[in-house]
Amino acid sequence: MESVKLFGTWSSPSSKRVEIALKLKGVEYEYVEEDLQNKSPDLLKYNPIHKKVPILLHNGKPIVESLLIVEYIDETWPGPAILPSDPYDRAMARFWAKFLDEKCWPAMKKAWLSTGEEQEKANEEANEALMFLENELKGKKFFGGDTIGLVDIAANLIALWYGINEELSGLIQQPLTKDKFPNLCEWVDEYTNCSFVKENLPPTDKLAQLYMARIQADKASAQ
Amino acid sequence: MKVKIALLEKGLSYETQEEDLFGGKSELLLKSNPIYEKVPVLLHDSKPVVESTNIVYYIDETWGSTQLLPTCSYGRSRARFWADYIDKKLFIFMIDQVFDAGTKVWKSKGDELEVAKKDLIDILKKLEGAMGDNDYFGGNKFGFVDIVLIGLSSWFGAYEKFGGFKIEDDCPKIAAWIKRCKERESVSKTLPNSEKVYEFVVMLREMHGIK
Repeated sequence: MESVKLFGTWSSPSSKRVEIALKLKGVEYEYVEEDLQNKSPDLLKYNPIHKKVPILLHNGKPIVESLLIVEYIDETWPGPAILPSDPYDRAMARFWAKFLDEKCWPAMKKAWLSTGEEQEKANEEANEALMFLENELKGKKFFGGDTIGLVDIAANLIALWYGINEELSGLIQQPLTKDKFPNLCEWVDEYTNCSFVKENLPPTDKLAQLYMARIQADKASAQ
Repeated sequence: MKVKIALLEKGLSYETQEEDLFGGKSELLLKSNPIYEKVPVLLHDSKPVVESTNIVYYIDETWGSTQLLPTCSYGRSRARFWADYIDKKLFIFMIDQVFDAGTKVWKSKGDELEVAKKDLIDILKKLEGAMGDNDYFGGNKFGFVDIVLIGLSSWFGAYEKFGGFKIEDDCPKIAAWIKRCKERESVSKTLPNSEKVYEFVVMLREMHGIK
């Protein structure tokens, strides 16, 4: 009897990525909500190096780092493919997934939290990163083509954030607008409409509150 | 370096084009890697693959002989984890040390130097833990994680010289592993001479106004 356990948090996009991948493959799993202010002994035991979520425990063996976990899920369980089969397409998928984590998301966060000239610069960076993604989507329903793939799962942070755009509109600039990024906005609609993504979405109001508090706290400490 | 070693391990022949990163990047480089404009870039039948670890995955998946990654998914996830750790922790630490004007190992004295040394040794000890009693990170076979790490080891000599310490003292397993890897043709053919690296670092420091 196989055991699959996921340690995560409701608000973490990384955590959600793993849940989406598991649901996509139809894998039954036990979910453990972690309190990051008070990390459980299990969390520290299974991820001693990074001490973070998500952690997937498969038959007692831990796998960490969300994108690595998603690749593991793809290799381990049958069902819709998350990564393409062709090595070149796989290399491109991994490239874009990493781009999202290393360029796109940090630029977006910086744009929220900084002020004045620094924010101008950060907005430019965020716009540039989003434009690369916008172009990558040309002619495609998803980054993965006709079906959701690794990059779509990695890009969930954009979808989540877009969902709370309105609530945060007083606080931060919104780079992701339909006139500038029509492909990305359409992608958000398609993506969030997929059943396994939809049933996984964290409550918008709770998420908005969390981000508002974070933004305000960061802005205050920066002063 | 990882890319060259991987290609050699797979017994592949390839053409290299040396890029002048300080003087002016070539048209081909900028066209092949428009987002990051960096090396290495692998062109396979004119299709570009970028980012060194990504390229090594690609090489492993495209050419069948001698698998660099383990065959079981769990083993693969562990290998990817350690490669990711090396890229995120060790590589970034080393880049910071070279380019950060307020450098620790290179320039500082006393407490700061001790902290920096400790950071480096900490990272290397974790990697020693990952290797366990095996000859290589890949177990008994030279594999993916070995390839990812061995390139960085050519910089260790420079760190030891500037920092006044020997990695062998605190991390004997890593020191032994480095010697073992250097016996492989793919590594000895690819790794630059330590003296050359040291001179390169001296030049970089001078460029950044550090003596």
